[in-house]
Amino acid sequence: MDRRILVTGAARSTGRRLVSSLAEEPEVAAVVAVDDRKPPEPLPAKVQFVGVDLRSPALVRAVQSTGIDTCVHLGATAEPLAAGGRPTMKERNVLGTMQLLAAAYHAPDLRRLVLKSTTAVYGAAPGDPAVWTEAMPHETPRHGFGKDAIEVEDYVRSFDRRRPDVTVTVLRLANQVGPTVDNPLTRYFELPVCPTVFGFDPRLQFLHEQDTVRALRQATIGQPVHGTFNVAGQGVVLLSQAIRIAGKPPLPIPEPLVGSVAELLRRTVDFSPEQVGFLQYGRVADTAAACEQLGFSPKWSSRQAFEDFAATRLRKLITEEQVARLERESLAALRRAADWLGGGTAGGGRP
Amino acid sequence: MTAGERRRCRALTARGERCRNPAGPEGLCAVHRRRLAAAGPGAGPAPGAAGPSPRAAEPGSEAAADPGAPPAFLGWAEEALEFLRRRLLGEYSVDEFGYDPDLVEHVLAPLLRPLYRHWWRVEARGLEHVPDEGPALVVGNHAGTLPFDALMVTLALFDEHPAHRTLRTLAADLAFTLPVVAPLARKSGNTLACAEDAERLLAAGELVGVFPEGYKGLGKPYRDRYRLQRFGRGGFVGLALRTGVPIVPVAVVGSEEIYPMLANLRRVARLLGVPYFPVTPTFPALGPLGAIPLPSKWVIEFCPPIPTADHGRDAMLDPMVVFDLTDQVRDTIQQTVHRNFVARGGVFA
Repeated sequence: MDRRILVTGAARSTGRRLVSSLAEEPEVAAVVAVDDRKPPEPLPAKVQFVGVDLRSPALVRAVQSTGIDTCVHLGATAEPLAAGGRPTMKERNVLGTMQLLAAAYHAPDLRRLVLKSTTAVYGAAPGDPAVWTEAMPHETPRHGFGKDAIEVEDYVRSFDRRRPDVTVTVLRLANQVGPTVDNPLTRYFELPVCPTVFGFDPRLQFLHEQDTVRALRQATIGQPVHGTFNVAGQGVVLLSQAIRIAGKPPLPIPEPLVGSVAELLRRTVDFSPEQVGFLQYGRVADTAAACEQLGFSPKWSSRQAFEDFAATRLRKLITEEQVARLERESLAALRRAADWLGGGTAGGGRP
Repeated sequence: MTAGERRRCRALTARGERCRNPAGPEGLCAVHRRRLAAAGPGAGPAPGAAGPSPRAAEPGSEAAADPGAPPAFLGWAEEALEFLRRRLLGEYSVDEFGYDPDLVEHVLAPLLRPLYRHWWRVEARGLEHVPDEGPALVVGNHAGTLPFDALMVTLALFDEHPAHRTLRTLAADLAFTLPVVAPLARKSGNTLACAEDAERLLAAGELVGVFPEGYKGLGKPYRDRYRLQRFGRGGFVGLALRTGVPIVPVAVVGSEEIYPMLANLRRVARLLGVPYFPVTPTFPALGPLGAIPLPSKWVIEFCPPIPTADHGRDAMLDPMVVFDLTDQVRDTIQQTVHRNFVARGGVFA
């Protein structure tokens, strides 16, 4: 079977890796890579690059003239600054999706639609269940990235109803980390100190960037499976634990000051404000459905993924050797003290 | 990820209790491995007789009897430093609900143990009614302004139950919004009191604790002591019926007197965003000193389990079954509380 696959956001880090991974597949005849900026490196021969914005009418021509059977929409961006401000980010995320789906609706050969969504659709609040499953009703995040992601999912669901012949797979991915991926959370851990909300220690899940591509690839060229699936590395990591693994000093901020620090974070790491809720309350999603129905389980656990990210990307300020030396030295000091005390009282000592 | 799956050290501590540290490759924790190695080959567990009760770390062989061995506090310091290193490097794991066994075993349980043993002299009865493994729903009465009763029931099961079970209690949403309290609540094994979390825990074979009186029980005035409040809307019974797990009622006597609540300053409570603001004989009159709980004598009794599996899953849709079971559990606890209250004699007996 000759697969013709369209990938949006193809010049971003995940998109580039997905495009080259798909191009390696013998059954894939062509990959149409769509993005409004040029990919930095040359693309494989099978890949046809279409340099258009999702909102432009040229997209419709690209979708309809290439005879694609699969559309992989890499979804909403979480970075308002990079997108040129929050209004532009929303335009791109939501209107771009509407435009893409409108074009896809009229693509006669289309059989499969894969959406890369995010677990941010669940929001982050203290009253949340500990573990989210896909079917649980969740409070809609009212603004920012989470809201965009929900709206994108809603448009995809309505597309799903109108084109029952298309298998729609929605993957809700946890926060990605890895040697190359660049997003607000990786930039947060790259800061010299990590600001946290005082008195809170959220549970986080991570997904290794290689697993991101594997999951998208599985949904694109594996057995077609209809549905929405959480995708995250096994297990959870606490924020305090992640900061320790990253070897950074944490900087707890009292709640009243969180707003201004969040503003600072917005400027430095392009954190959208509602993501601060994530650093306060965290979120965990159940990945059993992806494993059982989609047949996908990540190779890296949350902890392994984060450790790989920390080892390849971060310069540790607090290293294992330092801590181990501190432990040895304090113990040695205590031993000496014990010897001295023992020598003074009972005349005993170390054997 | 549950506590039962992890291997524990097979040595005994100075007090003759089972050591709770995670075991290394030889079935011993780092402290005992070193201590046994230091004590010489004869003193360690015989290689052939590897059993769960090596004699080496019994009180007799401790530093007190052997002048050559390092003093006991060194072992303690070693353990503490090792714990600090793990925390500083993030070398511990929590489950998906945020339960942190390393912190519970090395910090939280040791902090509560003096309260349990010496301050309230807790007497735990009927521990045999709690299954050694598999899910069960432990349902208790709730009183005392602060949820110390939940902590003591948890510690009773953790320390004195033969299988050292970890009770995963369901806590009010307020606990997860307060700074400092929120992460501690999760790390100590609590999760939000919602059906999703409770079902997930029971499905994983955990022991789940619930206090259906909630704030109505915790924040009731002293004159209403040992009078159980309404047991919610029977949500816990629905939960047990859906999952088919037995209900183990637990009756706590003693928690009512730790902070005898004379009045409730509703306006202050509303201002602080808490469900009640207690006035006790000592609080807020004596300030922080007034927050020291009174040393009442406690009795915790676990009652025989009430099976729910034979009602079938459809029973949860029948309100009569739910009401009957709720009343049965509530009456069991009320009667046991009353019996133990009368038998206890004085408050500080």
